[in-house]
Parts: sequence; structure tokens; C-alpha cells
Amino acid sequence: MEQLGLILLNGLVYGLLLFMLSVGLTLIFGMMGVLNLAHASFYMLGAFLAFTISIRLGFWAALIIVPVLVGLIGAVVERYGLRTVHKHGHLAELLFTFGLAFIIGEVVPLIWGRTPVPYRVPAALDFPLFSIAGNAYPAYRLFMMAVAIAMFLVLYLALARTRLGLVVRAALTHPDMVGMLGHDVPKVFTLVFGAGCALAGLAGVIAGNAFTTEPGMARSLGAIVFAIVVMGGLGSIWGALVASLLIGFVQTASISLDMPLGTALMHLGIPVNTAMLTDLWQITIARVAPVVPYVLLILVLALRPRGLMGTRSA
Amino acid sequence: MPKRPMLERIAAAAIATLALALPGMARADEVVRIAYIDPLSGSLAATGQLGEQHFRFAIDRVNASGAAGPGRRLELVALDNEVSPEKSLTLLRKAIDDGIRYVTQGNGSSVAFALSDAIAKNNRRAPNQAVLYLNYAAVDPGLTNDKCNWWHFRFDADSDMKMRALTDYLAGQPTVKKVYIFNPDYSFGQSVERAAQAMLANRRADLQVVGAERVPLGKVKDFTPYVQKMQAAGADSVVTGNWGADMTLLAKAAQDAGYKGVFYTYYLGSSDVIAGLGAEGGKGYAQISEYHANLGVPELETMAAAFEAKYGSQFYYWRVVNEIDMLAAAMKQADSSDPAKVGQILSTMVQKTPLGDATMRADNHQLLQPMFVSELEPGMKFTFPDNKMGFKTISRIEAEALRQPTTCKFQPPA
Repeated sequence: MEQLGLILLNGLVYGLLLFMLSVGLTLIFGMMGVLNLAHASFYMLGAFLAFTISIRLGFWAALIIVPVLVGLIGAVVERYGLRTVHKHGHLAELLFTFGLAFIIGEVVPLIWGRTPVPYRVPAALDFPLFSIAGNAYPAYRLFMMAVAIAMFLVLYLALARTRLGLVVRAALTHPDMVGMLGHDVPKVFTLVFGAGCALAGLAGVIAGNAFTTEPGMARSLGAIVFAIVVMGGLGSIWGALVASLLIGFVQTASISLDMPLGTALMHLGIPVNTAMLTDLWQITIARVAPVVPYVLLILVLALRPRGLMGTRSA
Repeated sequence: MPKRPMLERIAAAAIATLALALPGMARADEVVRIAYIDPLSGSLAATGQLGEQHFRFAIDRVNASGAAGPGRRLELVALDNEVSPEKSLTLLRKAIDDGIRYVTQGNGSSVAFALSDAIAKNNRRAPNQAVLYLNYAAVDPGLTNDKCNWWHFRFDADSDMKMRALTDYLAGQPTVKKVYIFNPDYSFGQSVERAAQAMLANRRADLQVVGAERVPLGKVKDFTPYVQKMQAAGADSVVTGNWGADMTLLAKAAQDAGYKGVFYTYYLGSSDVIAGLGAEGGKGYAQISEYHANLGVPELETMAAAFEAKYGSQFYYWRVVNEIDMLAAAMKQADSSDPAKVGQILSTMVQKTPLGDATMRADNHQLLQPMFVSELEPGMKFTFPDNKMGFKTISRIEAEALRQPTTCKFQPPA
């Protein structure tokens, strides 16, 4: 029972972390139709900036300043980069963000070096909160969850309940009409892109110290973030939340299962011929845990191509 | 400008021909190039660049003292292989075509297997273009066993030797009862796991392996669920070959979870791992290595200080200095830079080092040198900048004790 509690808790934390990473990406895609391949790079930028700022002004200042800073960088990128290539179509935009990811990936080690930087969890949150079955639970993890949930609520309410959200949503489907009504549509796009990047930056501030802040961190997360966004349905914030939590729970749970694959399939009522491919059926579920998100992705795409909560038809 | 007289031109041509024909007579200034084939870009660039700095340092030392013989200088040619075996083979080809006869590499046993194989073929086909391969860090035991090759020399202990040293130590500690084996899921991690399982079996009645797990390299962000499995299994010790960011994340997750077990590692001591751990992070965790900063040998301390003053990074690869020293000594003794002659000398070489004798095994070209089990402790003389701790030797394993049986059967070139 305690083990189950641990699995759920870990799954929740990991899921919410994935949500923080992917929500900005899905927001930008949903609103602008741009698949931002440099999204994870903005996350990395957030973590490194938070490291530098937290040394001088402390973690709490970094928590406020960094998302704004990364958001501004994102806005500048949209205004002077993306908007210029926009007229050449989606492929040009895709290539632009692809190049951007490389540039950020090389600039970061130039400034901060190639080894991890000592970005630390703030002392105020660096203590074990409680303990389950001998496993301490760090307070900072709870803080991460709180930030992720706050992020979701603010975003959801802003888009669904405010006038600005109304304009943003309208600009997506009827940009011309919104323009005719006197709203500056390009400015809305800049705002959305900036906000998406700011969310990635915030995720960097929160996750950079819980894990490691190093120049490879963007690369190691790129794939999973795209898997979540596609699985949840491109553009859907709810979808990103559901997909993140699903991946979080399933992956954490599978790590804890030492049952061989063959046995597991038989328990599920799927007959396997264990005489063939003997090695394959001997592999435990725990070993294949890291592949699980991608298996889920393929399943979702096969059964429901628009994603769990997607509105677009395939 | 008036035309040069015919006679003068003939004389000049004759002298030039003579100089070309008799290179042995022009003893002065022979430059022996060594191709360094390792990652210099991408996610492992930091490791590759650290290696390059160590090689430059070691070569400068040898050149300054003339250790390679009169008038002979070494020169490093750094080539970026992006840890790809295919790219490495292209670079090797290019190096051979450029007349380079010495290759050194260390990151990734997959690369090492590819290079060793290609070099063996090259040397068989074109003996006059033979290449000597000096491996400073690829530790898959296969390289000096069933896949061994006379032209390959390894200056780091292979993973089985390190595991032998670690398990001997663990078996001698009565408090160690339940061991968990945790590794990256590729050839290196698999061989570490196999060796650990085999060498921990039947050591002590109350010593048991309570779990073995492998994770994909560089794919896991949150190691907490894995730490909980170690906790649930009641493991008091974890043997791990994880390295780089994986090692850092594993140690962090363990400390966050308040896990009390001790990690026995291969690669805790590399500066990128330590930098990610934080102050007091990794306290009491152990590593097996041929060098750490607190060995208390003044000669090595001076060397480390000189390295750090020049490159601003911590001295880590003592074995690189050892490798270049041995290569230079072999060239001097052979009075030649011919790879076959140098290889013959290197094949049975015993090198006096400040840490004791280092012996090259003639039967598989694996260097035997003393190894140290050390743990991260505060209050040491030499500490890591972000961590305020340093390694403290808890056990020294003599070179001979590390000798493992080998299946290698190679023939020296005719």
C-alpha cells in the first residue's frame, strides 16, 4: 500500500513536471500553428539564467525575473525572426526554430561552460517533508507540484475566462476578422509566443535545480515533450495535462514492476509463444519503462489520431 | 632576375634527392604525431575536451624533458568523432593517409572495438603503414580478451579488474550485506552487471545481491523510483557503472530520498558528476580509480597543480600522463618511432611511477597498476570547488592482485 502511494506520488510529480515543460509548446502550436523545436532550449535557457540570477538575487527573485526574461527573448525571436519567415510557410518556420535550437544549444556552453553548473534548491525548501516506507519526501517536490498546478489554473482561466483569452482564441481561427475588429493580430501572436517561452523558462527555474542544469538538458527532453503534445492533442492544454499525468504514472509504475514481459502479457490474457524470442519475453517491464511513453504515443496515434483531447481531425 | 646556371640547379636537385633518400641521417627534429580521436562536440564534448587537455599536458612534459629520445618530439592531432564508431573509422583512415602512426582514444567501448578491428586489418594489409592504438579509457574486457589485437594497448583497468577490486573490498566489509547492481543499458553496463553478479556470488554467507537493474543511457530524468526500489530491497550498498549526468541524477535522487545506502561507483570522481551534486552531495560515496587528488604523493600533487594552473580544470587522467610517458620511453628505448618496434618494447614494459610499478601484460596488452577505492569526505587537502569534499583512500589494491585470466591469443607481427 505504501509502495502504491509512493508510485502515485512520484508519478504525479513527474507528470506535472512534464506538463510544465509541454504546456508552453502546446500553447504556441494551438494558437499559432508553429511547432517550436527550440522549446526545450528555452527551458534550458531558463535553468541557466535562474542559476546566474539566484546567485546574485536569490531563488525567489529568479522565480519572478527569469520567466519574464525568457518571455521577452521569445517575444523578440517571434517579432524579428519568426514573423519574417512566416510568409514562407510552416516549413520555413519549422526550420527556423530548428536552427534556433542549435544556436541556443551552442551559446549556452559558450557562456556557462560544458559542465553542469551548481544550481541549488533554495535552503528554505531543502528539507524532507515527510517519509513513506523509509523514503524521505523533499519539500521542494511539493513546491514543484504547486507551481505546476498554479500554472495550469492561471493559463486555463486566462484563456477561458478573460477578454484577452477570447481575443487570442479568436485570432487563431479567424485572424482576419479579429484584425478587422481593431485588434493587432501580430501583436497577439508575439504575446502568445512570448508567454509560451516564459512557461518553458519557468519550468527551467523549477526543474533545473531539482535535476541538473547542464548543456545537454534540452536534448534529453526534446523527444518526450513532443510525445506528450502529440498524444494530448496538438494545442490542447487539457490534453497536455492528461497526457503528462498518464505518462508520469505509467512510466513510474512500470519502473516498479519486475515482472517479465511474457508473464505480464499472459496475465493480461494475451497468449505469447515463449519458445520463440525467449530473450524478449524475459525482459522485465522495469527495463522497458523508458520506452513506455513512446508506445503510448503510437497507441494513441493509431486509435485516436487527433490525440486524447485534440479537436482537429487528422 | 637572371636564370640560375644549369649546374647550380642540378646540384640543388641532387642535394634535395639525397636529403629525401637519407632521412635517417637528418636525426634532428623528428615529429611523431598522435591522433586523438574522441568527442569534441555534442553532449560528451566536456569529457573529450578534458582528455585533450590532459594529452597536451602530458606531451608538453615529455617534449620538455626529451623523454622520447634525442630530437624526437610528440604532437597531438585532435579529431572529433562525436562518439560515433563510423565517424571514428573515417577519421582513422584520414589519419593513416596523413601519415599518422599513433592513435589514442578512450570514450566508448563501441568506438574502441571498431578502431581496434580496423587497425588490425590495416596493419595486416599494409604493414608499412602500421598503426599503434593506445586506449586510455575504453574498459570493455573484450578488448583484451576474445577481441584482443596485438596493436591495442590499454592503460586503464578494464571493468572486470575494477569490479574485482570493488568486490574484494565489499566482501571484506562485514557491514555490507545486501548489494544492488545498477547500470547503464549498453555493452559496458551489461559487462559490469555480469562481472558484479559473478564476483559477488559465494563470497560470504551473509552477502547477497538483492537486485540488478539497467537503465537506458541519458534517458532518465528522475531516478527517485529506482532509488525506492533499492530502498524496498533493503540494499545497503549499490554498485554502479553509471556516469555523467546519469550518475549525478542518481546520487541526487538518493540523497533527496534520504537513502542511507552507499554507492560504489566507477565514475563518481569526474568533475562533471561532482559539479552537479552540490555541497555535501555524495558524502561517503565511493569510487574505484587509478588516481585521485589525495593520494599524498608530492610529485603528483605538483603535477596536478601545474595542470590546473594551465588549463583551469581539475587533473583527472593520471593514466594519460602514464600512457604518454610509457610511449615516449618505448620510443627512446627502441631508438625509433616505428610502431612495430615501439609496440615490441611496450609489450613487456615495466614503468616505475610515483604510485608503484605499472606493468604491461605481454599476453593481452592490459596495463596492471595499483588501484584505489576511495570515498568522498569533507576536510580533505584537495577538494572539488563546488562540493568542498575530496576523495580519501580507504583501500589500495596492488597491481598483481588485479590480474584476471585472459582468453586473448595474439601473435606479435612477424
